[in-house]
Amino acid sequence: MNEKTKGREGGYNCVVCIKQVPDTKKVTGEAMKADGTINRAALPAIFNPEDRNALEAALRVKEQYGGTVTAIAMGLPAACAILREALMCGADKAYLVTDRKAAGSDTLATSYILSCAVRKFNPDLVFCGRQAIDGDTAQTGPQIAEKLDFAAITYLEDIEMDGDYAIATRDIGTGVEKDRVKLPALFTVTEKFGELRPYEVRRVMKYKKAKAPVENGGVALEGDFAIGQLSCDDIGAEADRCGFAGSPTNVNKIVSVVLAGGDYKEVAATDEGIGGLVSELIADHTIG
Amino acid sequence: MLQDRTKGEVWVFAEQEEGKLSDVPRELLGKGRELADRLGVRLGAVLIGGKGVEPLSAQLFEAGADVVHVIEDDELAVFRGKAYRHAFVELIKECDPQIVIFGATHMGRDLAPAVASALRCGLTADCTDLQIGDYTDKKCTCEDGSPKIVKDVLLQIRPAFGGNIIATIVNPYNWPQMATVREGVMKPLDPQPGKTGEVVRHASHLEGVEIPVEVLEIVRRHSTVNLKGARIIVAGGAGVGSKENFKLLYDLAEALGGAVGGSRAAVDLGYCEHERQIGQTGVTVRPALFISCGISGAVQHLAGMQDSAKIIAINTDKDAPIFKVAHYGIVGDLNVVIPKMIKAIKQKG
Repeated sequence: MNEKTKGREGGYNCVVCIKQVPDTKKVTGEAMKADGTINRAALPAIFNPEDRNALEAALRVKEQYGGTVTAIAMGLPAACAILREALMCGADKAYLVTDRKAAGSDTLATSYILSCAVRKFNPDLVFCGRQAIDGDTAQTGPQIAEKLDFAAITYLEDIEMDGDYAIATRDIGTGVEKDRVKLPALFTVTEKFGELRPYEVRRVMKYKKAKAPVENGGVALEGDFAIGQLSCDDIGAEADRCGFAGSPTNVNKIVSVVLAGGDYKEVAATDEGIGGLVSELIADHTIG
Repeated sequence: MLQDRTKGEVWVFAEQEEGKLSDVPRELLGKGRELADRLGVRLGAVLIGGKGVEPLSAQLFEAGADVVHVIEDDELAVFRGKAYRHAFVELIKECDPQIVIFGATHMGRDLAPAVASALRCGLTADCTDLQIGDYTDKKCTCEDGSPKIVKDVLLQIRPAFGGNIIATIVNPYNWPQMATVREGVMKPLDPQPGKTGEVVRHASHLEGVEIPVEVLEIVRRHSTVNLKGARIIVAGGAGVGSKENFKLLYDLAEALGGAVGGSRAAVDLGYCEHERQIGQTGVTVRPALFISCGISGAVQHLAGMQDSAKIIAINTDKDAPIFKVAHYGIVGDLNVVIPKMIKAIKQKG
């Protein structure tokens, strides 16, 4: 980052949206329920990879320019695991948004609920991972920004601050673009931003006991290692825009990928075998 | 607003940069033509850019569009999410298309979610196929107790969950029905030289709208790799073993006049550049001949190459999934097989 750029008095209030996702690299037959939906319990739950990069972006801004980092995760109580990880890496506060009304949310409803939660913290900068590995849609970040009427910068690779502006470097597919962005703004971060820093030992000791009320018999822990908990009512989210009710898309059909075939012609790894194959490809004009 | 929403056009976002159309709009118009004909409505292309972008309409007509909706404004000369979103949303409100398709490019994946959010309609990302069909809504019943059937909706078909399942998504009520489609997946039509259509100019509605982003600099990458256009592709995976070994693949590609690609594993291991990645998170290809070397065949990779006309798989593991999509299988060490192949090509070719 360029050392010449400057931040501003008081630093920046950063919010990071993170998601706990099933590790889709480990999907097996048992992970699918009879109705074609995913049995999330059968898969290891992990901190979505690009959300880790998003947290790193926020921590870097705080480190260089001052301010605070608040991590928000929407999901089941189990998602507190990644909020604890965020605290151990350097986040100042962590909040779980959890509510039965949020069940079945597609990206439109999810972005609505998260936008309500984010608004509560009145941030200067919001960071999201570009996409989550369970859906790969990359839609939630830009949709949160639209609802908050924040500038949206996708595919962020680097950021520096300049007063009330961010200087953002982003991948545009056909090249790289540098933007001057007026705050408040939301950024979706890719792995190119750099890996999340390791836990701080001191913070591990402190935050391993952090809990949300839902994990503690409904009682909030005292002190700064409590994980905050927010319901749809707490953040002012209207019920008809959450969960199934607020989701215009429906899954009509699910088919597991079954590879057919296996009906290939075996070619021996010998001069004769390979020579014959090449002759065949020349004869049918595939090559030559 | 249209009285009958089923009369709405099918739209394709005609993405352009620096006054040049990419391949994606032509691909989308290929699929869009099929959808529009099935529904009996017009196929529209939406062309947004700075002053002087309108002449690109000619190419869109030749690629299949009946009508091109043009928004020209110097505020739109360079893509900026909020400006494009604002102009696009106003255009949709004015014309009521029933379907809007975007390329799943960086630009499309920035713009489409913002437009869908503003209109509060559904959006399905990275579709691999789009069809028209009926949707049975089991949650909603008619007066006689039978399930409600919504006719002629857009069936949005996409891989999900890391490619392990194929889901069909529908958005039966909150129209327009919107989807993004990955590059290289749909086939463009054969160009129809001289075909014309109707150009409709629209206002940008950007007066008084604050755009919070200023583009300071753009550095274009000039890609030297053209996998999508290659007739023959030689691709390697983790089984190639090293960056040095990848040279064998280049030798084979040179002998065949083909291009070199890689699986995600090969890219992650640093054996080849990212722009050569084939699969769900890379390029989708369908060459005349695909030679797969040391690639086990994760579903994500297969999704990007299984429509190749002929597939030769070379792998030491006879149980590797890649053999399930192969037409020719060679169980063996690629360090032995590839040199033999090069030799045979040089002798016979």
